Amino acid sequence: MIRVQREDFDLGAELERLTAGDHRIGGVASFIGLVRDMGGADQVSALTLEHYPGMTERKLAEIETEAHRRWPLDAVLIVHRYGRLEPGDRIVLVATASPHREAALAACHFLIDWLKTDAPFWKSEETPSGKRWVETRAEDEAARERWSD
Amino acid sequence: MKLLYFAWLRARIGCAEEEVDLPPQIRDVAGLLTWLQSRGGRYAEALQDLSVVRVAVNQDYVGGEHPLQGGDEVAIFPPVTGG
Repeated sequence: MIRVQREDFDLGAELERLTAGDHRIGGVASFIGLVRDMGGADQVSALTLEHYPGMTERKLAEIETEAHRRWPLDAVLIVHRYGRLEPGDRIVLVATASPHREAALAACHFLIDWLKTDAPFWKSEETPSGKRWVETRAEDEAARERWSD
Repeated sequence: MKLLYFAWLRARIGCAEEEVDLPPQIRDVAGLLTWLQSRGGRYAEALQDLSVVRVAVNQDYVGGEHPLQGGDEVAIFPPVTGG
């Protein structure tokens, strides 16, 4: 299941809903991305996430389908927020449920790596010296490459 | 053809969306980007380094050789930074 929303999410409630009534599930893995302030001279007071409505949902659905193709998963949840967020706020939730932990953990890792390079979101940061656009990190590309066939 | 711009490309070009009538000799994405650059001003400045420009046609990532048709939705944006 895919959701793109401005509102925050509640991890407990989301995981409860993800697994409710499915007793084949033996393990759930989850990842939450938070807004961080790396400190230093250029403190980040907030960031704004914009996205491409329509294409975002489409790419996330493709990524979800790919995870199901690769691992035996009972359920997948991706929640990605947009709008203005402050340090400590939750940005993204990825959760995967499977009969076995290996599939749940690997699929969760795969999904967050893929969505960082494939989902059309862009971050801009507010700092004392003004607003700046976040640049792509080479590490993110490398992390996604790890999952190439 | 409908063009969409996102992130710093939207900010530098100064609009989020526009309708354009492409000259008939423009047949693919690379041709479109060159044509936009040739409009000069903000377009030339925003699109001067195509290594940091990505394109999606009808909501799928494509390369420069991808052919274009009149009713396409073409989005132009920098590399993504979500997650």
